[in-house]
Amino acid sequence: MLRPVSHALSLLLAAASAAAAPKAPDPVDYNEDVRPILSDRCYSCHGPDAGQRQAGLRLDTQDGALARLASGGHAVVRGDPGESRLLLRVRSDDPAVRMPPAYMGHDPLGRAEIDTLRLWIEQGAEWDGHWSFAPPRRPSVPEAPNGEALGAIDALVLARLDEEGLAQSPSADRRTIARRAALDLTGLAPDPESVEEFVSDSAPGAYGRLLDRLLASPRYGEHMAGMWLDAARYADTNGYQTDGTRFMWRWRDWVIDAFNRNRPFDEFTIEQLAGDMLPDATREQVIASGFNRNHRTTAEGGSVNEEFRVEYVADRAETTATVWLGLTLACARCHDHKFDPLSQKEYYSFFGYFNNVQEKGMVWNFGNEDPVVRAPTPDQEQRLAELESELAAEESRWKAMQPRAAREQADWEAGLASSPAADWAPRRGLAAHASFDGDLRVPFMTGGSIDRSSAPEPVPPRTAEGRLGSAGVFDGTAYADLGRVGNYNYLDPFSVSAWIHPEGSGDGSIVASMGENPIGSGWGLFVRGGKLWWHQSQRWTDLSVRLETRRAVEPGRWQHVLLTYDGKRKARGIRVYMDGEEQEVDVLFDNLDWPSRSSATLKVGGGGGVDHRFKGRIDEVRVYGRELSPEEARSLASARKLAELAGVPAAERTSVQRDKLRMAFLDSGASPAVRDALRDVEEARRRHRSFLEDIPTVMVMREGPHRQAYVLERGRYDAHGEPVDAGLPAAVSGPGGPPARNRLELARWIASRSNPLTARVIVNRLWQMLFGTGIVKTVDDFGSQGEAPSNRELLDWLAVDFMDSGWDIKRLFKTVMLSATYRQSSKAGPELRERDPENRLLARGPRFRLAAASIRDQALAASGLLHERIGGPSVMPYQPHGLWEELSGIAYEAGSGADLYRRSLYTYWKRTVAPPSMMNFDASDREVCTVHVKRTNTPLQALNLMNDPAFVEAARNAAGLVLQAGLGGSAERIDLLFRRVLSRPPTESETEVLGALLAGLADEYGKNLDAAEALLGVGDSSWDGQGDPRELAAYAGVASALLNLDEAITKQ
Amino acid sequence: MRLQASTPIRETRRHFFGKAATGVGSLALSQLLGRDAGLAATGPQGAGGLPALPHHEPKAKRVIWLFQSGGPSQLETFDPKPGLAKLRGQDLPESVRKGQRLTTMTASQTSFPLVESAFGFQRHGDSGAWLSELLPHTAAIADDICIVRSMHTDAINHDPAVTFLQTGAQIAGRPSFGSWLSYGLGSESSNLPSFVVMVTQGTGGQPLYDRLWGSGFLPTRYQGVKFRSVGDPVLYLSDPAGFTRGQRRSFLDALGRLNRMQYEEYGDPEIVTRIAQYEMAFRMQRSVPELTDLSGEPDPVFELYGEDARKPGTYAYNCLLARRLAERGVRFIQLYHRGWDQHGAMTSGIRRQAEATDRASAALVRDLKQRGMLDDTLVVWGGEFGRTVYCQGTLTESEYGRDHHPRCFSIWMAGGGIRGGQTYGSTDEFSYNITENPVDVHDLHATMLHLLGVDHTKLTFKFQGRRFRLTDVHGNVVRPLLA
Repeated sequence: MLRPVSHALSLLLAAASAAAAPKAPDPVDYNEDVRPILSDRCYSCHGPDAGQRQAGLRLDTQDGALARLASGGHAVVRGDPGESRLLLRVRSDDPAVRMPPAYMGHDPLGRAEIDTLRLWIEQGAEWDGHWSFAPPRRPSVPEAPNGEALGAIDALVLARLDEEGLAQSPSADRRTIARRAALDLTGLAPDPESVEEFVSDSAPGAYGRLLDRLLASPRYGEHMAGMWLDAARYADTNGYQTDGTRFMWRWRDWVIDAFNRNRPFDEFTIEQLAGDMLPDATREQVIASGFNRNHRTTAEGGSVNEEFRVEYVADRAETTATVWLGLTLACARCHDHKFDPLSQKEYYSFFGYFNNVQEKGMVWNFGNEDPVVRAPTPDQEQRLAELESELAAEESRWKAMQPRAAREQADWEAGLASSPAADWAPRRGLAAHASFDGDLRVPFMTGGSIDRSSAPEPVPPRTAEGRLGSAGVFDGTAYADLGRVGNYNYLDPFSVSAWIHPEGSGDGSIVASMGENPIGSGWGLFVRGGKLWWHQSQRWTDLSVRLETRRAVEPGRWQHVLLTYDGKRKARGIRVYMDGEEQEVDVLFDNLDWPSRSSATLKVGGGGGVDHRFKGRIDEVRVYGRELSPEEARSLASARKLAELAGVPAAERTSVQRDKLRMAFLDSGASPAVRDALRDVEEARRRHRSFLEDIPTVMVMREGPHRQAYVLERGRYDAHGEPVDAGLPAAVSGPGGPPARNRLELARWIASRSNPLTARVIVNRLWQMLFGTGIVKTVDDFGSQGEAPSNRELLDWLAVDFMDSGWDIKRLFKTVMLSATYRQSSKAGPELRERDPENRLLARGPRFRLAAASIRDQALAASGLLHERIGGPSVMPYQPHGLWEELSGIAYEAGSGADLYRRSLYTYWKRTVAPPSMMNFDASDREVCTVHVKRTNTPLQALNLMNDPAFVEAARNAAGLVLQAGLGGSAERIDLLFRRVLSRPPTESETEVLGALLAGLADEYGKNLDAAEALLGVGDSSWDGQGDPRELAAYAGVASALLNLDEAITKQ
Repeated sequence: MRLQASTPIRETRRHFFGKAATGVGSLALSQLLGRDAGLAATGPQGAGGLPALPHHEPKAKRVIWLFQSGGPSQLETFDPKPGLAKLRGQDLPESVRKGQRLTTMTASQTSFPLVESAFGFQRHGDSGAWLSELLPHTAAIADDICIVRSMHTDAINHDPAVTFLQTGAQIAGRPSFGSWLSYGLGSESSNLPSFVVMVTQGTGGQPLYDRLWGSGFLPTRYQGVKFRSVGDPVLYLSDPAGFTRGQRRSFLDALGRLNRMQYEEYGDPEIVTRIAQYEMAFRMQRSVPELTDLSGEPDPVFELYGEDARKPGTYAYNCLLARRLAERGVRFIQLYHRGWDQHGAMTSGIRRQAEATDRASAALVRDLKQRGMLDDTLVVWGGEFGRTVYCQGTLTESEYGRDHHPRCFSIWMAGGGIRGGQTYGSTDEFSYNITENPVDVHDLHATMLHLLGVDHTKLTFKFQGRRFRLTDVHGNVVRPLLA
């Protein structure tokens, strides 16, 4: 259906000419004309927000507007403006009566707005639902005015232009079209050869083939991903405060791949919103769900976990609503939405879908926070498979060796009787060992204080009979100082082993790498409250791990204690053994998210407070710089010599005894053949494990146990109101649809035809990519405050066609780009520009500045510097020195070689100090989801293009390419430069202007080799072999001028 | 289609081109910095601001905000609590804390021992304002400044708190104070940006973020321009090595001719704007180095600000530059000094920050005053929150620390319509809760905007269907602060 009449033009004219007052449309269309006025000027007090509703009047529903007012009368009386209080109030000259109220700072309605309301009431006050909440239907396509066969897009656009008395512009020339299409589909200008190929292809369908080539280019997926990353608020850092690093590039690469493979948009949607919940989800589907882990996270010390956890969930809900539904859901976080039928309760129902991730709020500052998955690249998958099969082979060799090993061990055990003193303990990774035997070198100290105001002093060491030989004797004031060893940090695996014989209550320090502050940084094994107690900390109150055993320490006897830590900063990576038996522990604190290294000496019987020193004996303290295996841990718990253990009949041996004998045998008694096999299998295990550790991870969604969602009063994280279940807003879900009870069902609904919004919203954003402005200009607001579509039939046709095609994005692009509408020339005279400055009616082709990434990428491409590798970790190209340091103290280390010339999509994105040449050109800062496009035109952009080393270097390399092309004169060279940068040959006058510039520069550089070489020295790439430096510098200046042209950074 | 009422008015081609051809050099930078798709400059000054602004006669034409990042302790500077000495080591009474939240840095402390300031306080000036011995220079201008002891905020961590102070919201995405001003009032400077940011270097401390001077949902042109002490003062300002000013001039002439040919063909006014922006860039390449060249400043200036003012990157240098920017009509000058986050080692840590900032802050006020500029320049000194009266970590003989405290903190303001020589608001005996005249962040913003001639309820920008304000739905002008 065509709209009866459009009123846009009158408004356009009104806007363009201050003299002409705007007129009311006639007849009036509720959705087009009336709702925008009511929404913008009345809803905030008389709209959906029940909490703020004044005088009981609501104007967002038909019933509300027609209902009897508390004060008598009716706001709207159909056909009777004189009886409609609404009209009386908005027209009143009395400030006390007039609506919207002057005392609240509101301006009165304009004449045209009042007339619109009057006409609407006169004409019967027809009501209609909000357009975007009704499912799109394929409109009937009008015939072309001249009967010519037209595609639907052109027919719908032309019908609209016809109403305005406008015609389309002629098609742009082929070179312009080739450049426009390439920039739109790949973000890069076409190379000169492919332009000429297209220009000279006179066979039918040449343009379609051009589009097919572009759509098949891997550069397409990269370009599309750039758009998607803005929406997904993708970045390489966490975003708050110290803004630590994260690794989401595997998710980014998933997006590139999905676009390149033209994954249907419904699948693309479901996997990103709930790939983790799909039945038998593949690794790639789980990676896709990283979409909703791209939000900012905080690692700022002192943060209240729940405050930030709620913020993350809110970000996911609001981003999802913006990206797929075009809804300003965030407006309903603190109260009911003021304009759209979204209640606060519905906000928290939507929030509920994203509320079950197992997360705590504070995150780690130096990498990915749980939940994560390992996400090997295809190359890594292959290597991993190789390592796994190597490992399996070694394991089976080792297994086959066991009978022989058992025989050898029996022989070895039999021979032990001859060396009764032989003993054994693990040696690999041993960092410190205090046996307290023989000539005691370990100094004993006493005294000391928290603030180091008094230094500890040496005292004579005391020893007595120990578990093995002699032991250190501790009286509650002294400790043994092992020096600067064992200062392990929170990511270092390590193990601590000791025999203890406590006295009294037993409480005190056993071994600690800490100063004398009981709540200081470092690590320590203690007896506390009679339990074995572990503390590892950067800051006691919030950046620590603490746990204690359930089993009590028994004073008055020898017992073995041992702890291993895997270096992965979680309590679950800590194992505690008492007398060789692994202990159940109570985790008291589990947030070791910050480096915890202490510079203190390693202390036995002390550390962690002068009042916490040990009373009793301690023997055989061993500290290892690795995580001991359970077998090793057990083997240390036996104090009996090997010969003694060998005397225990095999069937009666404890696991401690068995393990000690076995470990000792393998270490020192086995034949070379057995030992080699063991070494090989251990190496294979190590290789496999270390390769696994190096595989990138990506943060993903993972449903934990159900977490109840609540309405949060005024949006405050800790103000729980009524509990709510996950659910869809009624206004968009429609009546009677199946309820979406969890995130997967939500994702399936979003990507379904029963949802009126998704297809329109995405089609509109793709349109925005091509035409610069969406058919709905407010791409992030399809609600009543958003702008109505400039051509609703066109939008709906595209949306339905998109769904009918199986949500096929490449097909959509091709369909639109084949239209005459897209191919129009963007040249326009002043009359048309004045009538339609933003080109909403499409009487000409699109012309607008490129996005930040494309501006740099096309310069790299024109200069031959672009390195086309797809994907991988983010890279650090040039940026001005000191930019990070001046704000944060962290240094930016620019990469080298190919890293400097990758597409901007791969540039490391630090949210709090974003890449300056991107921000200068209006890139989204990636702090929050962004789908609208900003385009400014500033002197900082001019400085950037003229002086940024990236662009100076690109200019010189473009010049070098041209000088190496074996061309004769300057005109030919300028011609080639022009084609490389602008995809067309220059006009005569352009050649003349550039020729003059070249001549001047050549003259000056001819006389000044130093200056020429200085200019050529900008950038890392070598200019050696690119030509005579004087000539090269002059051409570099010309190339720079081309890269600075408005045309170079514009799609037209 | 309903085009929004904000549909820009386009100038005709002739109008546009005529301006570009004849008068590019005379266009104000703000017009050009400000120019995005089709938004024409307005007003005779070419300020690029909104036509309805200012809403009333402004008292202040510009702001210099001396942001002390990290949360300077009010207890050691402006809010003396002599009674604390007697209570040293005792636990903060629960009746004072009232279950209010703490950061997780101290929430699990087993005790909250009170600790008094290590620094003594005296009365200063005719007004008898109390200032600590850490701030002798500020004390000497006591009669020019208005101390507010009753500031409070909602945020308890640096990032949300600084973001709140600078953008009116704790979460990212909103425009900064300076961006709102540039958007509303435009610029008075013909060749410098209207919003300039400078950061003291080498102090360490809490990181800062671009969003603090970002434009949020406002057009990018309104974001603050960072003036740097390393390399180019403005990013990419210098021509590349081996490229002379003369060459740049011929380059721009050629570029302009080519762009003009393109304009003749396409008729897009953006091209004309682009030509003008390149000319403005060329002018900035001259005006910015002139600004940062202090060789013309006489010795007495350095006696006032201190010798540090000769060293780029110091707070004193930035204060002096702030005055030079103010003289040149820059509307919003934002300084940041990091390092006020004394969780531990309070006595040495805060002394270091006071020594780095006290003299130059006071010098700036004096300097503005003697030049007759204080009357229309609003100077604001303060951080993002205060600090706890109880000790964080271990209280020892010689040292103590204080955690973040959002419930009260102190700032001062001077000039620009502020009534100096007064201390406003008060806190309880623990400097924990406010007892009189609370001022929240929105109130501060509303008051500052008021002084600048802006009604904070009327400076709005429609985004995602809603008219946003710097003060959201809050904020009251604090009348007693006004002269």
